[in-house]
Parts: sequence; C-alpha cells; structure tokens
Amino acid sequence: MDDAAARSTQSFRIETAVGSPRATAVAVLIILLALMLLPTFAGRNLIQDLIFLFYMLALAQCWNLLAGYAGLISVGQQAFVGLGGYLLFALTLIAGLNPLLAILLAGLVSALIALPTALIVFRLRGAYFAIGTWVVAEVYRLVFAQVKPLGGGTGTSLTPSVTSSVPGIEWVKTLLDVRAPAARDIVSYWVALALLAGTLAAVYFILRSRRGLALGAIRDHEAAAAGLGVDIYRIKLAVYVATAAMTGMIGALIYLQKARISPDAAFSVLDWTAYVIFIVVIGGIGTMEGPVIGAIVFYLLQRYLADFGASYLILLGTLGIVIMLFAPRGLWGLVADRYDLTLFPTRRRLIIRDREDG
Amino acid sequence: MLLEVAGLKKSFGSIVVADDLDLVVAPGEAVGIIGPNGAGKTTLFNLIAGGLAPTAGYFRFDGRDFTGVPLQGRCRAGIGRTHQIPQPFEKLTVFENLLVGAVYGRRKTEAAVAQSCGEILERLGLLKRANTLAGSLTLLERKRLEMARALATAPKLLLLDEIAGGLTEGECSELVATIREIRQTGVAILWIEHVVHALLAVIDRLVVLNFGRKIADGVPKQVMQLPEVHQIYMGIEA
Ligand SMILES: Nc1ncnc2c1ncn2[C@@H]1O[C@H](COP(=O)(O)OP(=O)(O)OP(=O)(O)O)[C@@H](O)[C@H]1O
Ligand SMILES: [Mg+2]
Repeated sequence: MDDAAARSTQSFRIETAVGSPRATAVAVLIILLALMLLPTFAGRNLIQDLIFLFYMLALAQCWNLLAGYAGLISVGQQAFVGLGGYLLFALTLIAGLNPLLAILLAGLVSALIALPTALIVFRLRGAYFAIGTWVVAEVYRLVFAQVKPLGGGTGTSLTPSVTSSVPGIEWVKTLLDVRAPAARDIVSYWVALALLAGTLAAVYFILRSRRGLALGAIRDHEAAAAGLGVDIYRIKLAVYVATAAMTGMIGALIYLQKARISPDAAFSVLDWTAYVIFIVVIGGIGTMEGPVIGAIVFYLLQRYLADFGASYLILLGTLGIVIMLFAPRGLWGLVADRYDLTLFPTRRRLIIRDREDG
Repeated sequence: MLLEVAGLKKSFGSIVVADDLDLVVAPGEAVGIIGPNGAGKTTLFNLIAGGLAPTAGYFRFDGRDFTGVPLQGRCRAGIGRTHQIPQPFEKLTVFENLLVGAVYGRRKTEAAVAQSCGEILERLGLLKRANTLAGSLTLLERKRLEMARALATAPKLLLLDEIAGGLTEGECSELVATIREIRQTGVAILWIEHVVHALLAVIDRLVVLNFGRKIADGVPKQVMQLPEVHQIYMGIEA
C-alpha cells in the first residue's frame, strides 16, 4: 500500500513555538527593566495608576484561567482578595510580621482555605456554581466583620510603623530623594510589578505545559476532553487553588497599598469581580492577550471617565454588552482573527521532515 | 471477552432507550450495529464510553466491571470513541486535538507521542491540516478528526458512530480500507452505521437494535435476510 510506504519516509516531532526564543527573552527583559526603572523619572500619579493597572491585570489573568479555560465561572473571587487583604492586616498588625512575608503567607493560606471551599462549591454546576462562589465570599465578609481586633464591620488601618516597615523604603528615599509616601508607592509598585510578572509567567507556563493542553481542551469542549482521558475534576481543583493563591497575594498587596481595610471594600463584588470580568470579556476570554488589552482599556476608561459616577457604570455595562454581542471573542479576538497574532505563543506545531534514510 | 454488556437498561423518564441489552465483543473483533433512527444506538455508546449512567445492568471491559468507572478511566483503559456529531476542540489545532487524546489517554509526554500522532494524521489524510485550527475544518474533516483523535488514545476497542454518512463512493471505499488497516493492528471495532454496504465490507458480526432492544445478532449476511430486519430496513438501504 503506497500509504504505508509514505509513512516510513516521514518523521514527526513537536515544537511548542516561540518564533525566536532569544529575541523574545531579550524583549521581555528590556520591558521588565524599563518598567522597573520607571519610578526614577515617572511622577507619583503615574506610579499609582500603574499599581492599579498591574493588580487589575493580575486579577484578570487569574479569573481568565479560572473561567476562560477551566470553565469555572466564579463571581466570588473577591473572597480571596479580601482574605488576602485581611491576612496581611492580621499578620502585620497582630503577629508583627514583615509585610512582604505577609503577602507570601497570604497566598499560602488562601490556597489552604480554597481547598475545603472547592469541595463545597464544586458540588454545584453552572449558574449554581457562580452563585455558590458569591455566597462563599459573602460568608467570608460576614466572618471578618466579626473580628474585633481587625476593626469588625468598620474596618481598620495599618499603623505607620507597619507601612514604613516594608523593606526598601529607606533605600528608595535616599537613592531617589523622595519623601516617605512616594517611596512607599514606589516599593508597592515594584511588588505589584513582581506579582504581575509572576502571575503572567505562571499562567503562561501552565498553558505551555501538558496541563495547558488539557485546559485548552476543557475550554473548547469539556465532555470530549473527559472522554479522552483528561481528569477534569483534578485539573479544575488545581486551577481553583492556584488562582486563589495568586488572588490572595494580589489582595494582600492591594491592601498594603491602600493601608485601610473594611469588610465591605475588601469583599466588594463590584471592585474585585465585576470589573475583572469586564476586563476579561471586553479583552477576549480564553486567551492570555485578552485580559492585557481589556485591562488597558479599563484603566483608560477609569482614568478619564470615573468622575461621571453612575453614568460611568452604565457606560461600562453598555460597552460590555455591545462587545459581547458584536465581538464575542473580545477586542483581542478582532485583532487576532485578522492578523494571526500572538503575544504569548503556546501553540504546539507538528513539524514534518522527510527521513534521510527512507 | 474484551467487552461484555449484560442486561444494560437506560430510560429517560418513561421512554426506555436501552432495554435489557446483552452484547459481547471479542479482542480484535469487528461488530456492526444497525437500527432505525432513535433505536438507541448512540445511547449504547454513551453508556459504554460517555459517562451516561445506566438504569440497570452492567458492562465489563477487559475482565473488569466498568459500569461506575469515571470517563477518563474508561479512555485510559482502552475505550476510544467517535461522536456522531463531531466534538472537536475548535480553538486547538488538529494536531493539538490528537495530542490531548495521546497525552492524557495514554499518559505519555507530548514529545513521546508526536511521531504516532503524525502517523495517524497521515493515515487519515489530515496531515496537510495538522497545524490548522480544528474550528475551520469541513464536516467530513471533522469526522476524520474524530477518528484520528480516538486512535491517538491507542484504544483496544474503537467505537465508531456513523462516520460514513455523506461520503462519495471513492471516499467510502477509502474509509473502509482505513478501518480494515486499523483492524489489522488488533483493535476491536464496534461500528454504528446506516451505510450498510460499507459496514458489511468490514464486520464479522452484525447486531440490530430497535426501540432499545437487540432484535438480531449474528453473521451479517444471515442477519440481513431476517424478515424483521428486512422490514425495518425497507427504504433505508437499497
Ligand atoms: N439525554 C437524553 N434525554 C432524553 N432523551 C434522550 C437523551 N438522549 C437520547 N434520548 C432519546 O433516546 C432515543 C435514542 O436516541 P439515540 O441517539 O441513542 O438514537 P440512535 O439510535 O443513535 O439514532 P440515530 O440513528 O438518529 O443516531 C431517542 O428517542 C432520543 O430522543
Ligand atoms: Mg445516533
């Protein structure tokens, strides 16, 4: 059979593509370095805006992995933002730990708490899962409102001794010749940059790994993925716990920067889930690029239109609906479809070669 | 026996779609299933490989009771299937679709399965489409992808659900040749098909379902002669 003959003359291998790995690595390093050095000349307003952009983008990447890939449409991620924030306050104010260490621990504890939480909410499907996650977040909010040492329902503030105990502040003050509040912002900016870079790298490497293959399959057709041997429950659980850890660390950073926490703000579904969903949906769900575009658009809207109050929210809602109707794959989808672009290549290509020896 | 279905029953509310089904498939055997629309053929596949829980009865695979085994375990044990309505991962490429089955169904690394995935794509004429998105395939290509993806899991038993519909005469004989080739590698086949002449060119045994019941099971030529089968098949196959 000539079919069989043809088979023996070709060899196949896989290439998980980055066009030119070295050029990409250099570009990534240059961007990182530029962002790291930005505070040496940027004003304080820009630094504060970028902290906001960075943590919203990091949150969006987490939610995108959760909802866009693993199909876990959670509307309760504020549970982990608030948990991380409150853990930071507890660990610094009560336990007297260093804030940076507290951020790491907040991630760890969030993961530990996500595990039993998952065992409850994973019993629910579809819309019930979404509502379940929200209810869990509300329970967390009510619980923290009872913790008197952390201010109960009205909340509390970080003491100046805590906010100034972040390593590097003195160093920034002398090196860049700025005052303490500006120096604190700059250190927070670096932490936010590190968390964002860490989140992007984590999501990217998950998507490139064999887990990523399964996540792409689950995103496109969950039942078919299960039928091909993918253990759906296990992967979803892993994603839920991992994103909880990242979200908890981001929450800790957010509240280190804000220096004031209250249950209503820390467990706000609007701030930490609705806006995040907006970012992912307008940017393009189920891609890594989508949340990047969405976060930038959201930042610009927030920056220039937030003063309009209620009409700003109506505008956000309208924009979200228009994009869902006319560009269901988001703004990135519009671009990617036309130019076959990717910023975070995860494609596995089959490379075909004729065998030399036949 | 590779597959042993015993007293399997499934009802959706008051409709019974699998009624006390018994069926065996020996290792390497090719068995065809025919029956009118709605007879419960796809449902039988969903009970064996689709995570549909039976109302009563059980089935064994490779000597083990598989009735309560989760979906991923069935695939890993060697049950591969195609879907009557193709279910590709649309935003993955054709090659990546196969990789999912090969990596998870066989518990291997991506690099270790690349060669066999390439060979399967070549055998099914999908090599040129290897690096295109599965969402852009035509219906016929999607059906071939279903088969390629199932083969990538290295099944011992391959369940095929209506893969010959809509093919030209030439394509159909190509498909028959491909399935014969697969058989020669020792894979057992359970094939639901309305295109009976394609089925008869491959199978050792023919099973007829009607209203969820098995009404015949035996040598294909003889089964086709049975009056009750004849009656059902009037007008379906010339
Ligand atoms: N999930 C379900 N809920 C309710 N009824 C169902 C379900 N799945 C299948 N059925 C019904 O069961 C019956 C058998 O369906 P099935 O798909 O198994 O038929 P089939 O023999 O594969 O038919 P076809 O030749 O058209 O593919 C049909 O009447 C169908 O409507
Ligand atoms: Mg069917």
